[in-house]
Amino acid sequence: MIRDSISAGPMSPEAIRAAADGLDPALFEPAAFDASAGERGGYSDYSYWRSTARGFLKNRVALFFLVLLVALLAFTFVQPLLPGQKSPTKIHIDPATGMQYRNVEPCAEFWFGTNTIGQDLWSRIWSGTRTSLMIGLIVGAVEMLVGIGFGAIWGYVRRLDGVITEIYNVLNNIPTTIVLMLLSYILRPSFKTMVIAMCATGWLGLARFVRNQIVIIRDREYNLASRCLGTPTRRIILKNLLPYLVSVIMLQTALSIPGTIGWEVFLTYIGLGLPVSIPSLGNLVNEGRQIMMSPELRYQLLFPTVVLSMITISFYVLGNAFSDASDPRNHV
Amino acid sequence: MLKYTVRRLLQSLVTLLIVVSAVFLLMRLLPIEGYFGDGYDKLSESQREAVLQKMGLLDPWYAQLGSFYAGLLRGDLGASTIYRQDVPVLQVIAPRIPYSMRFGLVAIAIALVAGLAMGVSMAKHKGRAMDKLWTGYVVFVNAVPLAVYLLFIQLYMTELLGLPLLFDKYRPSSWILPALSMSLGSIAGYAMWMRRYMVDELNKDYIRLAMAKGLPRSTIMVRHVMRNAYVPMAQYLPASILMTISGSIYIESLYSIPGMGGLLVDVIQRQDNPMVQGLVLIFSSIGIVGLFLGDLLMALFDPRIKLAKSEASR
Repeated sequence: MIRDSISAGPMSPEAIRAAADGLDPALFEPAAFDASAGERGGYSDYSYWRSTARGFLKNRVALFFLVLLVALLAFTFVQPLLPGQKSPTKIHIDPATGMQYRNVEPCAEFWFGTNTIGQDLWSRIWSGTRTSLMIGLIVGAVEMLVGIGFGAIWGYVRRLDGVITEIYNVLNNIPTTIVLMLLSYILRPSFKTMVIAMCATGWLGLARFVRNQIVIIRDREYNLASRCLGTPTRRIILKNLLPYLVSVIMLQTALSIPGTIGWEVFLTYIGLGLPVSIPSLGNLVNEGRQIMMSPELRYQLLFPTVVLSMITISFYVLGNAFSDASDPRNHV
Repeated sequence: MLKYTVRRLLQSLVTLLIVVSAVFLLMRLLPIEGYFGDGYDKLSESQREAVLQKMGLLDPWYAQLGSFYAGLLRGDLGASTIYRQDVPVLQVIAPRIPYSMRFGLVAIAIALVAGLAMGVSMAKHKGRAMDKLWTGYVVFVNAVPLAVYLLFIQLYMTELLGLPLLFDKYRPSSWILPALSMSLGSIAGYAMWMRRYMVDELNKDYIRLAMAKGLPRSTIMVRHVMRNAYVPMAQYLPASILMTISGSIYIESLYSIPGMGGLLVDVIQRQDNPMVQGLVLIFSSIGIVGLFLGDLLMALFDPRIKLAKSEASR
């Protein structure tokens, strides 16, 4: 109707009004968001997770480390339930002499030997691995939540971009080591302190990665289209943006666990670690370090570090392999 | 360039101000017992009050912050309470600065040279044994905690190579291992940056053209590829500075180097609050200044940077 009049040449305002009056006013209402329409799409055989799994399974090295890590983790948590396991904190005493079993070399009774005060190293190592993994998993989960949340807001809300970037620049200027040391120095050494200190520093890197990715993809055509069609911001972030970030997020989270274990060892070394009564990988490495100058006692340093390295290397390799496999750009 | 420098300088100053204030206020959260050392139980309530009054610890926090800044301007960071009683903090730290500086700079220089060489050799033998060997090294250095592998280097390399276990300023051979240890992490970082850059660059059309027209490979390398290699080099520099600072704290303590890092570990273990505060401030300032210089260097090499706005994209 209007098009006809336009093609007919210039119109008077009255004529336009008259033409517009004839239209249904409902046409000019903003359309409501329709969730079912959002799911409509063409048929495709493509499945994100199936493609990811296919890419991952092709990687032989990653498969090896996957098996190793699953076995290690399963054993770590099952070990105290197995028959014949000793308590990690009990000091063993020789019934014949009444003396402690100090520095017993690995043997049938004590598989990894005993430490300087007669505790069983085998059960201490698995107990310590449990403690360190607990810290790693808690810190990793918190980092992931805070990092994604903060990064998403930082990248998506333009008005906040400048402010948060400045805050980031301030925080990023200080070496992580210094922040960690300062926080653990001010709070008293404990499990909670360690978790708080590491959570306070770790989310920063992930938030920046998420932010950069979101800035890159938020104005792509499909997101513009979504916004024009009235999709709520929450849905745009959850459905349009975050799936793109799976590979970055998984990589950062997988790398944060070996990182956390490493920081724990470092903080224990400078005397800000967990209390010595709690076995942890940091405490074990530190105990082993104190006696490393006598070669016959080095097994006390060697065993914990071998277990620790197997765990951190597995997480590192798996994180990288999974990130490659889950990146949609590598999918066929 | 001037505009960028001024803006970046202002930013660094603001950062420094915020960090100094934050560290100072955080340190106020510590229990006051920490300021007395072993003598806490021997003093009566009024004597404690008098000591705290003298140190200004009973004033409201803004007054403390004010007098702290006033002291800072005079170059006064307070006095040590436990490590060396009543000696000014700066006087304890000053003789240690040259050691830390020397080790840090040498480590960064080694990392640059070795890392770039490693990256080039990885890209050149991409997918072959050499590449896999160095990739294994990079994975190892990144995956195994620094606190663990550095300990083993100290333990076994000293035996293997017959080098001294601890630092001794009259024996140059005792300098080798600490300096190398400090650079290991950065070497891996540089190597990865360099490898990625070379692989990307060698696939570009202008290199293909150069090959197609029959230029010798060495000429392509020298004339085209290496000329732009300072970009990945400069990009990793800030991260490598921060990494060297972190590493130096652990390594100086391991080898008993009389530098600031070893001192920080010492005073933390002895709970000397003014010393911890002073050293944390110095290390944070080094971080800020290091990143500032690194960014300037980057802008000098890569003109695109001073035109781009987003500092966070680093």
